[in-house]
Amino acid sequence: MASIAHAGTLPRAAEFRTCPDTGLRVDLAAEKLIRWNAVVAVVFLAVGGLFGLLVALTRWPAVHLLPAEWFYLALTAHGADVLLFWVIFFEIAILYFASAILLNSRLATPRIAWLGFWLMLAGALLANVAVLQGESSVMFTSYVPMQAAPHFYLGLILFAVGALVAVAVFFGTLVIAKDEGTYEGSVPLVTFGAIAAAIIAVFTITSGAIILIPTFLWSIGLISHIDPVMYKVVWWGMGHSSQQINVSAHVAVWYAIAAMVLGAKPLSEKVSRFAFLMYILFLQIAAAHHLLVEPGISSEWKIFNTSYALYLAVLGSLIHGLSVPGAIEAAQRRRGYTKGVFEWLRKAPWGNPAFAGMFLSLVMFGFIGGISGVVLGSEQINLIMHNTMYVPGHFHGTVVAGTTLAFMAVTYLVVPLIFRREIMFKKLAQWQPYVFGIGVAGISLFMMGAGTLGVSRRHWDITFSDAPVAFDYPGTAFLMMGLNGVFGVLSALGGLMYVVVVVSSVFFGERRTEEKAKAEPLLPQGGAAAVASYGSEGTLKLPGTITLVAIFFVAFVLYYFVNWKFLSEVWPLS
Amino acid sequence: MAIHPPEKRIWWNEPLEKSEITWITIAFIWGLVMFFTMVFWHFTGEQNLSNEAYRIHPETFAERTEAMVDQYTVREEGETGLPVVRPPPGSDVYMLARLWEWWPILELEEGKDYRLHLSSMDWQHGFSLQPENINIQVHPGYELVLTLTPEGVGEYGVVCNEYCGIGHHQMVGKIHVVAAE
Repeated sequence: MASIAHAGTLPRAAEFRTCPDTGLRVDLAAEKLIRWNAVVAVVFLAVGGLFGLLVALTRWPAVHLLPAEWFYLALTAHGADVLLFWVIFFEIAILYFASAILLNSRLATPRIAWLGFWLMLAGALLANVAVLQGESSVMFTSYVPMQAAPHFYLGLILFAVGALVAVAVFFGTLVIAKDEGTYEGSVPLVTFGAIAAAIIAVFTITSGAIILIPTFLWSIGLISHIDPVMYKVVWWGMGHSSQQINVSAHVAVWYAIAAMVLGAKPLSEKVSRFAFLMYILFLQIAAAHHLLVEPGISSEWKIFNTSYALYLAVLGSLIHGLSVPGAIEAAQRRRGYTKGVFEWLRKAPWGNPAFAGMFLSLVMFGFIGGISGVVLGSEQINLIMHNTMYVPGHFHGTVVAGTTLAFMAVTYLVVPLIFRREIMFKKLAQWQPYVFGIGVAGISLFMMGAGTLGVSRRHWDITFSDAPVAFDYPGTAFLMMGLNGVFGVLSALGGLMYVVVVVSSVFFGERRTEEKAKAEPLLPQGGAAAVASYGSEGTLKLPGTITLVAIFFVAFVLYYFVNWKFLSEVWPLS
Repeated sequence: MAIHPPEKRIWWNEPLEKSEITWITIAFIWGLVMFFTMVFWHFTGEQNLSNEAYRIHPETFAERTEAMVDQYTVREEGETGLPVVRPPPGSDVYMLARLWEWWPILELEEGKDYRLHLSSMDWQHGFSLQPENINIQVHPGYELVLTLTPEGVGEYGVVCNEYCGIGHHQMVGKIHVVAAE
């Protein structure tokens, strides 16, 4: 029993409130941690987004805003602030939500959770200081033997340790919830997805520690040499795998939003959980995606690892690609939107920014980020894409259109439920996912276009005006980079709208009292009962989802083979 | 709902719905197709990156490159007087990367094979042959040897596409492809 298991350490007397919307018991300590992690995440999004805008305006050939030194500084800060600090702070908030809140449990050791929070914050600030001092413009990837200031690495290490502490608190909370019997049966699917994210996070952060600690020691002169290929193998164990934390987390968020807005139920618990399991088992080996044109690594290793072992992790995403829209279609059909193939989609709550953001995230992650990722990660095709603009094009499709947009979408539920404030500027909020989504889609597509034309990523001047020998990219490449700049401005505007709505709502929004929550419920009433039970009478017919998936699959296959055709046209090499 | 524990306690015994299992099967087979396309290309495709690589001291690589330059330089080019080197077809040709240049300029004959050696003297660099758009990572301490067959007479740029510090954008080299004699 619990009292024996915790002999000598009485469980903390947690304070709870009962959520008027969900009926869940909410641990106030967990709620506070969720709020602070989310707030800090949004601050880093705002800062990192601003740096991103500066980068986009510099790479817009007609504008070419920053001088070279500032450009590389801004690019380094942009990568660290959004790719690491924004997403991971937000993910910690999601982990606490998916454990303590969804499981009705108290959070394990809130004091240690705060320790994790402060370590992460200190680390993130230290890394930012190092970058802004100008001696650490080494890009987010900090490839050796290029060296940053020691406190750049130290900041990242502190941040990683703090995140690891938070992940441990998450696992501790799962144990407590199980131990104290706060839920019946298995954990909810969203929690399951969060567990997948957390397991991948442990792998990821450990990889980061394994490489960043020696690199830090090298930067202060205690180690003489770090092998550059080995560095990349291990560093990308963090760098790429941490993107899989994002994938797991944002897929969990998709399921959560579909459930909370429409009462959608997974088509099959078994299938969805199996798909998350594929992530845990296979996503980690994706470090190979960054090593496909490196010397000293065999093709066998490259093929096995870059394909996540026969594309089994991609299989996971393809499954979610059916089961998430499928769950939405099933829920909508049960509500009576049964006309034709797409009435369920036309009559979806497109005016609700949580739903709109979630669905755009789903579509763009699949069509833009997902397909391009598999193509880019094919061993030989990588030859015609490595380090070109195609690479940032791809990952803006995954991390920005996918993860960031999903996290923005869920914020529109987090603010009323966890911050207990009404969303302010509702019109602005309604438009936000569309402005941001269209902006990001433009960025991704035009960067990929420029990459196909050979434009180098992380490059200040593609006119090569100072170079001793001349080279010109085609005119279309300049057009692509200009359009990338235009859509960069649009997505920055979408980001600004998000920050304005969220910050004003959190600090000045009308308080959402219990009476108000009862009068205007946020979630559908009787959600679970309103949708089909799996395998029950009149088994689900999902013609709309099947059509969408078929369109996706055809696009995927065509685009895949078109790129092999492109590859076959370049100089033979072996 | 996905935010609640599964309705049925024993959820792992649920039957699989037909459309789901069909899609899983298609997706799995597609994964196999993509996997074996990469394997297949090693046997039939003409664009595969070589697996031949060595550890090498930057000085040694520089010496070998200089030896080639001394032997086969035909003229100089560019503001900094980069040597243009025309080694015989089939031979070993070297291009070294350093802050911030590709050295030397190569002149190669169309349709002939060359064993190209790439390595860096200092930091990592990216060999990006344009407008072909062939991109290969170049590391210090590693020598990659690949067989390259130029196609199409003309001037090709070698851009550095791995960020290598403040002069990164000035790092451009060149390969001339000329008609075979």
